[in-house]
Amino acid sequence: MSSFFHLLFRNRLATLGAVVLAVIVLLVLLTPLLPLQNPDVTATADRFKRPFTEGHLLGTDHLGRDLLSRLLHGTRLSLAIGVAAALIAATIGSAIGIVAGYFGGRIDNVIMRCVDMLMAFPYILLALAIVAALGPGLMNALIAVAAVNVPFFARNIRGIAVGLAGREFIDAARLAGMGHTRIILTELLPNVLPVIIIAMSTTVGWMILETAGLSFLGLGSQPPQADLGSMLGEARSALISHPHTSVVPGIMIFLIVMAINLLGDGVRDALDPRLRSGALSRPRATTMVDRDSPAPAPTDDLLAIQDLHTQFHVGERIYRAVGGVSLAIKPGECLGVIGESGSGKSVTALSVMGLVASPPGVITGGAVRFQGEDLIGAPYEALRQKRGDRVAYIFQDPLSTLHPLYRIGQQLAEAIQSHDRISNAVARTRAIQLLKDVRIPNAEARIDNYPHEMSGGMRQRVGIAMALANEPDVIIADEPTTALDVTVQAQILSLLDDLRRARGLAIIFITHDFGVVAQLCDRVAVMYAGRIVEEGPTGAVLDAPAHPYTKRLIACVPELGGGRRVLAAIPGLPPMVDRLPPGCAFAPRCDKVQEGCRAGDIALAGTAPRAVRCLFPEEEV
Amino acid sequence: MPALRVENLAKTFPLRKPLFGSAAPGVRAVRPMSFSVEPGETLGIVGESGCGKSTLARMLVGLLEPTEGRVEIAGRALDNADPAEFGKLIQYVFQDPQSSLNPRKTIRQVMEAPLKRLHGMARPQRAARIAEIFASVNLREEFLDRYPHEFSGGQAQRIGIARALAASPRIIVLDEPVSALDVSVQAQVLNLLAELKAQFGLTYLFISHDLAVVEAVSDRIVVLYFGSVVEIGRAESVFARPRHPYTKLLADSAPVVGRPLTAPEQKGTELPDPLDPPPGCAFAGRCPRATDICRTVMPDLTEMGEDQFAACHHPIEG
Amino acid sequence: MGGYVLKRLVSAVPVLLGITIIVFLIMSLIPGDPATAILGSYATPENVEKLNRDLGLDKPMVQRYFIWLGNMLTGDFGRSFSLNRPVLDEILERFNATLILAGTSFILCAVLGVLAGVVSAARQYGLADKAITFVVLIGISVPSFFLGMMMILAFAVNLRWLPVSGMYAIYGGGDLPDLLHHLVMPALALAAVATGVVARLSRSAMLEVLRQDYIRTARAKGVPERRVILGHALRAAMVSIIPVLGIQAGFVLSGAVYIEIVFQWPGVGRMLVDAILKRDLLLVQGGVVFVAACYVLFNIAVDVAQSLLDPRIKT
Repeated sequence: MSSFFHLLFRNRLATLGAVVLAVIVLLVLLTPLLPLQNPDVTATADRFKRPFTEGHLLGTDHLGRDLLSRLLHGTRLSLAIGVAAALIAATIGSAIGIVAGYFGGRIDNVIMRCVDMLMAFPYILLALAIVAALGPGLMNALIAVAAVNVPFFARNIRGIAVGLAGREFIDAARLAGMGHTRIILTELLPNVLPVIIIAMSTTVGWMILETAGLSFLGLGSQPPQADLGSMLGEARSALISHPHTSVVPGIMIFLIVMAINLLGDGVRDALDPRLRSGALSRPRATTMVDRDSPAPAPTDDLLAIQDLHTQFHVGERIYRAVGGVSLAIKPGECLGVIGESGSGKSVTALSVMGLVASPPGVITGGAVRFQGEDLIGAPYEALRQKRGDRVAYIFQDPLSTLHPLYRIGQQLAEAIQSHDRISNAVARTRAIQLLKDVRIPNAEARIDNYPHEMSGGMRQRVGIAMALANEPDVIIADEPTTALDVTVQAQILSLLDDLRRARGLAIIFITHDFGVVAQLCDRVAVMYAGRIVEEGPTGAVLDAPAHPYTKRLIACVPELGGGRRVLAAIPGLPPMVDRLPPGCAFAPRCDKVQEGCRAGDIALAGTAPRAVRCLFPEEEV
Repeated sequence: MPALRVENLAKTFPLRKPLFGSAAPGVRAVRPMSFSVEPGETLGIVGESGCGKSTLARMLVGLLEPTEGRVEIAGRALDNADPAEFGKLIQYVFQDPQSSLNPRKTIRQVMEAPLKRLHGMARPQRAARIAEIFASVNLREEFLDRYPHEFSGGQAQRIGIARALAASPRIIVLDEPVSALDVSVQAQVLNLLAELKAQFGLTYLFISHDLAVVEAVSDRIVVLYFGSVVEIGRAESVFARPRHPYTKLLADSAPVVGRPLTAPEQKGTELPDPLDPPPGCAFAGRCPRATDICRTVMPDLTEMGEDQFAACHHPIEG
Repeated sequence: MGGYVLKRLVSAVPVLLGITIIVFLIMSLIPGDPATAILGSYATPENVEKLNRDLGLDKPMVQRYFIWLGNMLTGDFGRSFSLNRPVLDEILERFNATLILAGTSFILCAVLGVLAGVVSAARQYGLADKAITFVVLIGISVPSFFLGMMMILAFAVNLRWLPVSGMYAIYGGGDLPDLLHHLVMPALALAAVATGVVARLSRSAMLEVLRQDYIRTARAKGVPERRVILGHALRAAMVSIIPVLGIQAGFVLSGAVYIEIVFQWPGVGRMLVDAILKRDLLLVQGGVVFVAACYVLFNIAVDVAQSLLDPRIKT
């Protein structure tokens, strides 16, 4: 709760809105106590007094009534009616939405049909019809506005409730013996409540406007009682001759609604957990670079990652996702990068072409050199020309990484045409050939499919075809088979292996699976907590792992054919990369740990091609 | 008496009736299947996506009503209407440990629900029981007043297991309990599960797509394909000496250190269209041994060798 | 495609029926009987009874509904007692004016709103974003009727650039330039709120889409950033923007009621408010049903547009 207010008032605009609103609310609460004139007493002799005249700070209206007094009383009424309408609409609408969303099926169907029916009216028609039936009057306007907004809440909240009802914790609650009512009240409602509050805080202003609108039309509050809308409505006929009678209530409505909107946005941002992590930021076209040291000298490798540091800056925290990684790859070579989640392997891969989402990602040091040229901090256009052309990517989940609204042919052609000015017809022919290259049967017909019309394996073949489109020198494959079934994985892996041998491709293959590395890669680098802890030829590393982490991780992997057994485990958890211990990051979990391990930085050492970052390695390398 | 018996259990998801014409027959996620699990046994269930393993699991714990067939626990048929009745006999551990915990409840509230609702325990007994369970899953009691997001995947899965234990069930259905976890943590949870089973005399149904993991923890294994059981057998022999060509394909596909990279099949690996299932064996389209009979007649599960059953017209010779 | 349109049209039938039922039910909430309302409180009981019989009000409710529905289907919306002419004639004449006003505003809000949202998202936290956010905030906080009144003061009274009110000049007007001249202020005043809402939603839809994996894929392919934003991202964002446009069309149509009053625009909205104040219920009933039906048809067009954009929608 206190963190909510902390977040809310860190937002300066929301604070402004809260202050303005607080002042107005305070004023209208004190209105009965203030020495004001009776708002309804007419004095025709004093009509249309201008503001700042004696005794009438804001002047008088067409019947000589004191505008200040009428304004404060009117505001009181408008606020009360607007808030009441919002509360009623939110309560009824949310209840309907939760019931529909939780129970689903026929109940949901019937309720939502009715809601859709109500939403088929432009809202004012419904409000007008209700007022027409009940007769003009402030209470009837309130009922109309509340009724019109019920469907909006119902639909909104139902969407959230459907998502939550499908979550596993609801199933768990049922298995724990809880009944429907209890589940709705104790499991669902606490999770929906923030959304209801957000929806309310962002619509209260709107409802105040709507009630004011009905009064403006003469259908809300009836004379002599005035709310802001009816004040404006009555003043309209004197708009040209005495504009102040319109301006005064108009500005008050504006101030109230704006203050509520500002506060509402603040509440929404403070309650929406996605905003807390800064995740709603738009990633830029390239990762931000903020290097404090000069880039290392160039090498003659095809692609070299040199002492790369990539961090995520989230609020006060700094996550050192990649903490000084150096890798190099030669033409035609397949390098495996293996590690558990959070080891920094994917971030390393994405840093190469500046694809780490930024914000929050920042490359803070090192270089990535393609044929000697530094890509980190290169101008956008230089980087773009190499993306997909010289260095191409294959990503993990082909359903989310292919654009859902473009045919795969268009997506393939676009990959080619972004680097090569050729006609659409030629691009299409080349796209078909690419699909054939990745062994998609019936390529001529498949090219016009949308991604959702293909199976996971076929989609990943499209992903591979797209990476091959411009005959790149390097392909970076980021867990390309993790989302696939094992039989499909086997096919994709063998396809990749054939392609790389036939075309002399260099591949950096990111994975968490030792079996995949063993079958596909020439060399392997093992990552832990953002750094490489061991590297060398695949066979050598797997047969005789030198780092205790590598050795024990391999032991954890169950192998088919081993029968029933107790599996090896590594106690503890990988460290959080925003709180890395000094010295070896694996030390807290290592059974060979000694005093020196926790002291200072440990270098990656050994005789090429092998290296290990350990003071007491399992094997001398 | 078997701990759990499943008889002709099947689930068909109806399709929405189109505006014109009659409704399609529906998607048969699980075709009628029967098997039983002995007390103290771990039955592994493997299959790829779309094989119906999650639908099966949800039917077993009563979260989904079967279209036909029945589930019997210790000889008693279960009443489909009340998940709370199921809860005392059979519990469920979810694949995604974070998503199975209500983000706005403390772990203590999560743990108390089954004790209060299923067993009607009073507060002091509940506290004692929670302490006991937490000790057996190696969790510190100070975790009880924290919220789910403060835990790592491995810890959250222990909490999920602790919650399942709190209901004191005889059987636990483990639905991919370690596939969201890293390898080094995976073994921690698997070993814990083995200890708990010995300690409380539990019966497990262990569902996974990872053949090696299933083999390591199971006594017997069921292989599912396209909603049907294609093979059942003892863990040590199902993948070592598969009789069904699909089981063999699965076993040969897993990437293994020390085995050269070959794709075990070159044909397309598409599953049959669930809206238009083939009349015969669902695997016939991919099967190197398929003949005409496979495409027309659905094979029955028949015994082939000791304790091993396969549904195949042309099984691989043992 | 044609099949989908047909399917949506068929599915609109129950919605339209539902609308008539809702309107009928609301109208039957009216206390007292309409005849007294029409004839005034001094009418003799005999006259009231006769009118009730003429209007069919002595029959049971269900029967009355079907009579009313049947009449409407044959184009007979009844006769307005306050205007003393057929309801449908009046509605058709007025609806034309409303359509011009609301249609212009809707196009303005769609084009300007999406544009502002895209620029805002592409330059998140930049100067343009902040300026747009500020203007949008003002736009969605000002009541449209107040905005209209202030525009009259500024542009018609003080600057004398534009006419104060009406649709055509009283003397010598009637052509297109004259109409446009009169249309500028009401259309802008009406579009302000909707533009703000569309801009906000477009901005957040774009921000949401820009974080998706397929945008990273497009960038990894080397697609130029302009095309990433205006092609890949905007296209995907439109999937969530288009339904909002459909809803905003309803808000524009609703806001037209206020604007028609402020600018004395001879549209349906003004007619409805007058009819309510005069308790001319047949005119209210007919007007509400007619406009709601048009809105339903418009929303079908929105759905069809959506299905053209998104192949995942089953057609």
